[in-house]
Amino acid sequence: MIVRILEDGQYDVPASERAALDELDAKLSEAIEAGNKAGFSVALAALIEKVRSSGSKIDATTLVPSELTVPHETASLEDVANLLSSEETVEA
Amino acid sequence: MGVMKRLTGVLQAKANKVMDRVEDPRETLDLSYEKQLEQLQQVRRGVADVATARKRIELQAQGLQQSAAKLQEQARQALAQNREDLAREALSRRAALSTQLEQLRAQHEQLVQQEQGLVATTQALQARVEAFRTQKETLKASYTAAQAQTRIGEAVSGISESMTDTGMAMQRAQDKIAQMQARAGAVDELLASGTLTDLTGSSDPLQAQLDKASQTSQIELELAQMKGQLAPPPAAPTGALTPGAPGGAAALPDGAEPAEAEPVEAETVDETPSASAGTGSGDGAAGDDLFSLGSEGSNS
Repeated sequence: MIVRILEDGQYDVPASERAALDELDAKLSEAIEAGNKAGFSVALAALIEKVRSSGSKIDATTLVPSELTVPHETASLEDVANLLSSEETVEA
Repeated sequence: MGVMKRLTGVLQAKANKVMDRVEDPRETLDLSYEKQLEQLQQVRRGVADVATARKRIELQAQGLQQSAAKLQEQARQALAQNREDLAREALSRRAALSTQLEQLRAQHEQLVQQEQGLVATTQALQARVEAFRTQKETLKASYTAAQAQTRIGEAVSGISESMTDTGMAMQRAQDKIAQMQARAGAVDELLASGTLTDLTGSSDPLQAQLDKASQTSQIELELAQMKGQLAPPPAAPTGALTPGAPGGAAALPDGAEPAEAEPVEAETVDETPSASAGTGSGDGAAGDDLFSLGSEGSNS
């Protein structure tokens, strides 16, 4: 499964890690909805760490789309909320 | 849906928006490649913009440091002339500059980080574009196979995604630069208008005060010498005054008006906090007022 960390690159993460990633993703999602900045930072850091440690980085000559995308390491809660809110405008 | 899945949707939607999809996938490949080269150009220009912003901050910091060094020197001169009020003013202005400098330092650090990140992503992007260029010919050659069409789609989506990611990073960097430039513009204005330029320029009021003060003591000295020469020679003959003149060059004017100097000092000390506040907010008038108060004192 291909996972992109924004501003970093793509990682090939074993499908067996999917449940663990989903769990961290849910924490990130909760923090965003609650506007919990501290919780957001912790969840984002954990998610990035998980992708990097369990996946292998895809080299620049492999051109594949990603299945999942993780916000960039320095992203703030607002940054991600803004990105997600552009979801509707982009699709509309 | 999770955040990661939704973000992927956002990224791909943005990527698709940029990409021209055409009927023939072979054309898609060529068009996409052209677009990639264009975007790569834009990204390179963006990196250059970040570097320019960084250099500008470096220059401003240099300017502030020079001003601060000059103020320090002026404070020393002022003290040497027993003008503690001026020395205090110079030091309080210097403190305001060092606050500015501290802010610039933080901005600089951020920019350096961003620049490094962008240089790295640009290099990776360039490698991807190069890979795309070689792969697209292979894909075109085997285009008839259904599998190749899928691979074309994947390659194009994959690289478009990277392009979009880099583009968004560039946008963030540019937003930050715009914010910094607004603040940098304020520093420039501060350097260009009253408050700070006067301190670095030739029409520096502080320096003028110091020059005036030293002129004043020179005048006092000359006056004292003249008085000495004119003085009728009753009890104390010229012999008693003449040795006092060269030896007491600095002491004479000081000694001449201790009674007046004292109240002026006290007044200036009261003034100083408001003067430093005025300097901090970039208000030149308060500083000048303080100076004119001081100059009245030194002239009387």
